[in-house]
Amino acid sequence: MKKSWPILVVDDEDVMCESMAAWLREDGYRVDTASNGQQAVELAKGADYAICFVDLKMPGGMDGIETMMEIHRVRPDASVIIITAYATVDTAIQAMKEGAQEYIVKPCNPQEISMLVSRILKLKKLQSENAILRKKLTRQYRHHDIITKNPRMEEILALTQEIASLRSTVLIRGESGTGKELVARAVHYSGSRADKPFIVVSCAALTETLLESELFGYEKGAFTGANGQSKGKFELANGGTLFLDEIGDISPKLQADLLRVLQERRFYRVGGTEEVQVDVRIIAATNKNLAQEVQHGRFREDLFYRLNVIEIRLPALRERREDVPLLAEHFVNRISSELGRDVHGISPAALKVLMAHDWPGNVRELENVIERAIVTCRNGMLDEQDFSWLQSAGSQQAWEIPEVPLGELERRAIVAALERKHGNVKEASAALGIDRSTLYDKLKRYEIVH
Amino acid sequence: MSALFLVPIGSVPDKVWEWIENAAAEWFPLPVRRMPALSIPDSAYDGKRNQYQSVEIMKLLAQTAPQDASRVLGVTSVDLSIPMLSFLFGQAQLDGTVAIVSLCRLQQEFYGLPARDDLLRERLTKEVLHEMGHTFGLIHCSEQKCAMSLSTHIGMVDTKSEQYCSRCGVQIAERFASLDGGV
Repeated sequence: MKKSWPILVVDDEDVMCESMAAWLREDGYRVDTASNGQQAVELAKGADYAICFVDLKMPGGMDGIETMMEIHRVRPDASVIIITAYATVDTAIQAMKEGAQEYIVKPCNPQEISMLVSRILKLKKLQSENAILRKKLTRQYRHHDIITKNPRMEEILALTQEIASLRSTVLIRGESGTGKELVARAVHYSGSRADKPFIVVSCAALTETLLESELFGYEKGAFTGANGQSKGKFELANGGTLFLDEIGDISPKLQADLLRVLQERRFYRVGGTEEVQVDVRIIAATNKNLAQEVQHGRFREDLFYRLNVIEIRLPALRERREDVPLLAEHFVNRISSELGRDVHGISPAALKVLMAHDWPGNVRELENVIERAIVTCRNGMLDEQDFSWLQSAGSQQAWEIPEVPLGELERRAIVAALERKHGNVKEASAALGIDRSTLYDKLKRYEIVH
Repeated sequence: MSALFLVPIGSVPDKVWEWIENAAAEWFPLPVRRMPALSIPDSAYDGKRNQYQSVEIMKLLAQTAPQDASRVLGVTSVDLSIPMLSFLFGQAQLDGTVAIVSLCRLQQEFYGLPARDDLLRERLTKEVLHEMGHTFGLIHCSEQKCAMSLSTHIGMVDTKSEQYCSRCGVQIAERFASLDGGV
């Protein structure tokens, strides 16, 4: 491992360079030496030094600080350690201000230098692991991880790419389980904010008061139990993206607060008097028809237009059935490896069952179904019988009637038919088995906007 | 057959040679020859630090090494250092010919304690194995008990054993087993 962290020693005294290099080489490091600043910079151009020991005083040509600055110009990640004598400690402190990682006063204790090198390299290792993990995370949410061959989904993926680096607010609509968060992550991790936080807030999961402090943070004493200042999700997402899931469920007060943040990009913590300014991109998601919510006065029109700058409507899985085999195969590979099960495929008969299912819970439901089948699978291939429970559950579900008034049931059936037929009244009426004028009457009666 | 030459640098107590020869016989299948003492070169003395620069002494050892020397191990009683570090227990040419060990900081007297020959023998054996290991291309070992682990203070020398760990021991043995191992 040490060989992958080359070290450069720069000193005009040969004996200093060579003895130091020899000592570090005994520790397993690859060490180069340079007798002046120019030579050091040339060497740095060709090698990615983890640490450069640079003597502060080098008569003639570049001194230690100039050398350090030039090295940083060509190798910004190199850690420079300034070597100094007692007489020049003040200058060495100045060097720290100019970007030196550490300074050592020569001669120093062998333990001191050994610990210094190992501390810096530990930090470098962590930084490089962090960079690798970030890259992995970014790759994980890139578009090619959203599995589809559906033309509408492909258009959506192209759109996420185009809008990735914009700051415009995005509203993602789609039924539960269609992958709204995955698309939001794809937008975030494809754009210029990829290395900044992606923070998720599920608006439906919290009460109004909790959601307010969750979003905006609070000051000490703002309410019982607020023992100290706490940052809200807006602050935590600064520079990055805030994903507000189930935005259709927030209270009128929070709608007003959110509108103000979207307009002014600043807010107050709960109980606070000091304005906090943030640079956050908002991606909101809902499974509700927000336009309809606006019509009914349940959602602020001005907030709707603020959120709906770019709208993405995700199709339900039943509208992209061609993706079922692809997704199923993807989940089989991933889940069987996660669970350590030797399941490597799905039989054609089993696929037929999956294709016939309506997937009211969409991709999430498919994922859960595959996981359950893998857990109970007795051989290496998922077969029809591994999904037999799905067929019976599906038929039960089809006959399960919620306890609501008949009129409400009719209203829901009409809304669902219009959704499925993309607002086409002729097709919706045919699907419902009534004529168009009857459907128009019912739309008026139930105040359904389409 | 080439040999390991032991060279006193300045005045060195006689008792140490048998200790070194025993350690060498256990690990290095080389004939051992004692050489006459060399005077410490004036250029090695650093008056400001009252220490001796090991690089200068190693240069002298390299210059005066017999032609058939496989390895040359200098032993001195004076305190060694390099410009960057305040002291050294010893130094070696990595995968080279010359190594040096100082008795100065291995002695209890250096720390204001009564002399102990048993401890000095142990410490010297460890440091001889350590510096000789470097001349056979070994770098510091992460196994704390191994003679090749890094010691930056006397406590760390005492923590080590008078042996190489199995991995370092195998490397030494392999060097001797190979026909052109540079031995």
